[in-house]
Amino acid sequence: MFKILEKEHFSENVVKLIVEAPLIARSRKPGHFVIVRAGEGGERIPLTIADADRDAGTITLVVQQIGVSTRKICALNPGDTLADVAGPLGKATHIEKVGTVVCCGGGVGVAPLLPIIKAMKQAGNRVVTVLAARTKDLIILEDQVTPWSDEVIIMTDDGSYGHKGLVTEGVESVINREQVDLVVTIGPAVMMKFVALMTAKHNVPTMCSLNTIMVDGTGMCGACRVTVDGHTRFVCIDGPEFDAHKVNFDEMIMRLKAYN
Amino acid sequence: MTTEQKGRNAGWRTELRGAMSAKERGAIPRVKMPELDPAYRVTCNEEVNQGISAEQAVLEATRCMDCPDPQCVTGCPVHIDIPGFIKNIQRQDFAAAAATLRLSSALPAVCGRVCPQEKQCESRCIYHKMKKEPVAIGYLERFAADTDRNNPCKSPAERPQSNGIKVAVAGSGPAGLSFAGDMARRGFEVTVFEALHEIGGVLKYGIPEFRLPNSIVDSEIATLESLGVTFVKNCLVGKTISRENLAADGFKGLFVASGAGLPRFMGIPGENLIGIMSSNEYLTRVNLMGAGRNDSDTPVTQGKTAAIIGGGNTAMDSVRTARRMGASRAMIVYRRSEDEMPARAEEIKHAKEEGVEFLTLHNPVEYLGDERGHVRAMRVQRMALGEPDESGRRSPVAIEGAIEEIPVDMVIVSVGVSPNPLIPNSVEGLNVSRRGTIEVDDSTMESSVKGLYAGGDIVRGGATVILAMGDGKRAAQAMAQALLG
Repeated sequence: MFKILEKEHFSENVVKLIVEAPLIARSRKPGHFVIVRAGEGGERIPLTIADADRDAGTITLVVQQIGVSTRKICALNPGDTLADVAGPLGKATHIEKVGTVVCCGGGVGVAPLLPIIKAMKQAGNRVVTVLAARTKDLIILEDQVTPWSDEVIIMTDDGSYGHKGLVTEGVESVINREQVDLVVTIGPAVMMKFVALMTAKHNVPTMCSLNTIMVDGTGMCGACRVTVDGHTRFVCIDGPEFDAHKVNFDEMIMRLKAYN
Repeated sequence: MTTEQKGRNAGWRTELRGAMSAKERGAIPRVKMPELDPAYRVTCNEEVNQGISAEQAVLEATRCMDCPDPQCVTGCPVHIDIPGFIKNIQRQDFAAAAATLRLSSALPAVCGRVCPQEKQCESRCIYHKMKKEPVAIGYLERFAADTDRNNPCKSPAERPQSNGIKVAVAGSGPAGLSFAGDMARRGFEVTVFEALHEIGGVLKYGIPEFRLPNSIVDSEIATLESLGVTFVKNCLVGKTISRENLAADGFKGLFVASGAGLPRFMGIPGENLIGIMSSNEYLTRVNLMGAGRNDSDTPVTQGKTAAIIGGGNTAMDSVRTARRMGASRAMIVYRRSEDEMPARAEEIKHAKEEGVEFLTLHNPVEYLGDERGHVRAMRVQRMALGEPDESGRRSPVAIEGAIEEIPVDMVIVSVGVSPNPLIPNSVEGLNVSRRGTIEVDDSTMESSVKGLYAGGDIVRGGATVILAMGDGKRAAQAMAQALLG
């Protein structure tokens, strides 16, 4: 059993949980995820680790209510427990000094992006962060990304905060004005698809982190398979990060609807 | 009692042998396993084989000739004293029969159900020379283990005196459990780390309830717990804790039994359509996660027309599960003929009784989807048998132009697995084969890294429960010797 120590609402549908998991806190790196089961009879679902505190023995998860399991997890309060948390899983993000890195996150995708922003900055990169959401209330973690970013650009669909427009427009404005060496994109599959199409046009290397349907999360079931560069890959052990220009996003978007 | 009087030379054994002639024994027909009616069993998950009665067991045990040089034992990967336990059944000392099994096997109730006895112990039985059916060793093993488990007067397994030496196991499937049991009996303090949220590995996520009830596995695990074995769930060695962490925590040895992780796909067009999945995914959703039950949140495709690709035991488990989950048409699609099928004869027989169609000499070449990306049909290539390949099986050759389209709404790909790469990737200096299996010394199961032993599918790439258990046993013997000097 894994105890929830703190809970914070980022928006109506998005909560941040701080969970006691000392072994995972000790071994996790940016890019890793965990498999969580809320309680008996619950599904196993993947959640990216947004942050961790080795000394306190805790990990931070950011969860958006979108289905049965995420609703159950979001309904839990400090003092409650998650039945199972297994990890850290997946390959850690490859962090190196490349120059200027644009990190763009949409919606709840900003949470898994946070540790990458931090690590990219610590590796000596110039980091421009682009946060995007439908409307002002859905922009999350701005305060947390700001200290690790040389610049933060906010994009909202309705113009209620920052610039009005899509995440792609925010990223493209940076590419148009300065040399960008790497784009990291995490968010809804359709967002990552359009970021990848745009950066391919500009020839900017782009990395994405995929969040597919999983069961075990350890390579055993193959539910998470995606096509990358024409080959079937498992997000749980070959990923979750891939070269965004090689991912077949249309197939991934289709597979995400398997149980809708 | 002196040693001379033990085993086969014990007075009671000599007496039993003298009580009946070989001819009389040979005249007794082999016992038939009572089974649930096929029409009923496809409506539920109840165990198909119902087990034999005490009377049947004693009579079947009487058939055993108690050979002076019993070949059945050489056919058993863990060398169970087969005549010893069978003769105890004959004299109706069922507890002694179970104790004899326990000396060699940590999971007799499991092996009595899922071992391919027809290819192992029973294949060496003297009755074959008499052109008769072998002694039903598997049924008797199951009988002894079940009777012992259900005996209310049974004394709990006694926890041995600890030698204070801690050893770790990665994976709680058959290899890990067998190793854990053997080490605990030797006095080691054993901790088993399991990645999933349930203990039992393939016995839980893979083998269905109708072939191996979870309660049987749980009872074997409880026995290990009473021997002092500790189980830790949600813990991946190489991820959650490293080998270095284990060493720092005082563990003196590690047995890696992490299993065959990765399902293989065929790489044919349309294979990533919705409704097409690996047998691992299908069986895990249904067996481990309880998909289809009211108390489970996990969804699963419930196809009406299901094709299962492959001819092994996992394919049979999948197709029979699909029937139980509501498939009105469930097909095995296998590229060779039935003679080459790796599945146990009993599984094939049970599948056929349950209305499964066998499309042998058929091989899928493409899947077709509807506008939402759900599979709607498969294109299959008819095959013919050619020359034998390196496995000795006749290899299938495509018949040119013989392709047909069959409507399906669920496909389960069961064409084998590759070893799980998580641990091989996490240990430096570990020799790993091109196939991804951990390379070990055949007799000690020790890898290229001192103190790291491995067994089961992570070494074999995909084998049986009993071979995995044999590996656990050999590794326990070798590690105990190395640690105790």
